[in-house]
Amino acid sequence: MEIDWSPLWLSLRVASLATVLAAAAGLYVAYWLAHREFRGRDVLDAVVTLPLVLPPTVLGYYLLVLLGRESILGRIYESVFGSPLVFTWQAAVVAAFMHSAPLMIKSTRAALESVESSYAMAARNLGAPEWRIFWRVTLPLARRSILAAAALSFARSLGDFGVTIMIAGNIPGRTQTVATAIYDAVEAGNGSLARTLVIVISLVAIAILTLANRLSPRQAST
Amino acid sequence: MIEARIKKRFTARPDAAAFALDIEFQAAAGVSVLFGPSGAGKTLTLDSIAGFAKPDEGRILIDDALMFDGAARVNLRPQERRCSYVFQNYALFPHMTLRQNLEFAAENRPRLERHRRVNEMLERFRLTEVAGKMPHELSGGQQQRCSIARALIVGPRLLLLDEPARGLDAPLRRELYQVLAQVRGEFATPILMVTHDVEECFAVGEEMMVIHDGRLVQTGAPRDVFAAPANLEVARLLGTFTVVPVEITALDPSRNTSKARFGDHDLQGPYYPGHLKGDRVWMCVPQSALRAQPLNGRLGANQVATRLVRTTERPRGLLVEFEGDLQVEMSRADFEPHRQVTDWAVEFPTANLRVLNK
Repeated sequence: MEIDWSPLWLSLRVASLATVLAAAAGLYVAYWLAHREFRGRDVLDAVVTLPLVLPPTVLGYYLLVLLGRESILGRIYESVFGSPLVFTWQAAVVAAFMHSAPLMIKSTRAALESVESSYAMAARNLGAPEWRIFWRVTLPLARRSILAAAALSFARSLGDFGVTIMIAGNIPGRTQTVATAIYDAVEAGNGSLARTLVIVISLVAIAILTLANRLSPRQAST
Repeated sequence: MIEARIKKRFTARPDAAAFALDIEFQAAAGVSVLFGPSGAGKTLTLDSIAGFAKPDEGRILIDDALMFDGAARVNLRPQERRCSYVFQNYALFPHMTLRQNLEFAAENRPRLERHRRVNEMLERFRLTEVAGKMPHELSGGQQQRCSIARALIVGPRLLLLDEPARGLDAPLRRELYQVLAQVRGEFATPILMVTHDVEECFAVGEEMMVIHDGRLVQTGAPRDVFAAPANLEVARLLGTFTVVPVEITALDPSRNTSKARFGDHDLQGPYYPGHLKGDRVWMCVPQSALRAQPLNGRLGANQVATRLVRTTERPRGLLVEFEGDLQVEMSRADFEPHRQVTDWAVEFPTANLRVLNK
């Protein structure tokens, strides 16, 4: 049987991009929450956590409203890139990002907060500005935990189904990821394809989770 | 020169009692020691000076530069204070070599000067050979020297040390005192150090500030503080005095004598200016000045009859405790032959009897 591997490559590409974006967002928000005193921190924290608890369809709906061809953001995107965002593989990246960013932001924050505070105090005391402390002291010391979080976040991006199907659809060869391809295969009664994809995606996930465990400082002997 | 007036209150919480820090002091160049028991507010004072804690009110000036002024709403960030803090755990950045640790501190200097200063510091603190190692590969003494070198490389107005000798064994402690003496000799930076160790005050302190329960209770050279503790709290904190309650029964300035009643006994001491007959005060005697011997017939002058309670080993000799809260320092040779004796006479030498206000 000839297997179309394009959903797997698309999934990996989408998850990689989504993880990079989530890591950037995680660092930014975590830095912001740690260094700025502002009202509504709790609200921001809640908003950031929201995608973890809402049904994927609700998230997908919000994104459709927010990024659809009729929306302001959608029109801006279309005028810049020449084509609409929704129902493209880029939309799948947005979906995967929404799915994994909350986890990444939360873990990044926890990782940065778990760094012994006396190092930042010492750096401050030596006259280092906050951004330099962040890049040169706190972040390197939290590096392993953040990489572990990124691996987890990658695995999670790989697993999104609901948001993807809402805003990127399930177009074979264009926006079909492993998760949606499996759904299609089952629907079409193609049991062997579904089985193969299920096994492959499970193996990839196990490999990534093992990597995350190796990276997390609890496992390391440091 | 440090001039500090610091007030900070903490209301009671389930895990901590209410606490109020209210101190005012000046410290000149040299080594000043903040001495007091844990929880007295020593570290909070240091943190307020470094900018890690914000006082409720007060004013902190270092060499006429304003660090904090509650009334004028001035509160410099720790970065702007140049009050280098040597942390108890050294806080050397674990992911940087020793040289990188120093370079990080000197980062805002031009490259060539930075390089020169780092090398100079490594040389001065005997760290050149281990400059490429990570902190965890260094001995305790090297880590300590590195943390002091890193603190000094920024050219601080003031060097703050938080219990630097806590948890160090005796050789490392001696090394620390030598390094501090070196800093004192080679750098003009004044040093303010926190300790709860009496011997440390003597080893390094030129000026000693005794803090108790958030208040400054006495300042002076360590020798002077030990010679004349200002009040009961200081005498108790120093731990080398026996303090007993007495009532003054006679004062005779012309013969420079006073009489004080302790329980059933009359003690003769020097004249106590500023006190009145009938005053109830504390009498404070160095434990090493008291003389104890087995009770043998009648009591002599200034002797008190008492009974043995227990003994505690000390590095030099014994601390022998008697009823009436009398602690006497004795040599083993003096005590051992009479170990079984219960009734003792303790003599209060007239010249060493000081009184403290109640």
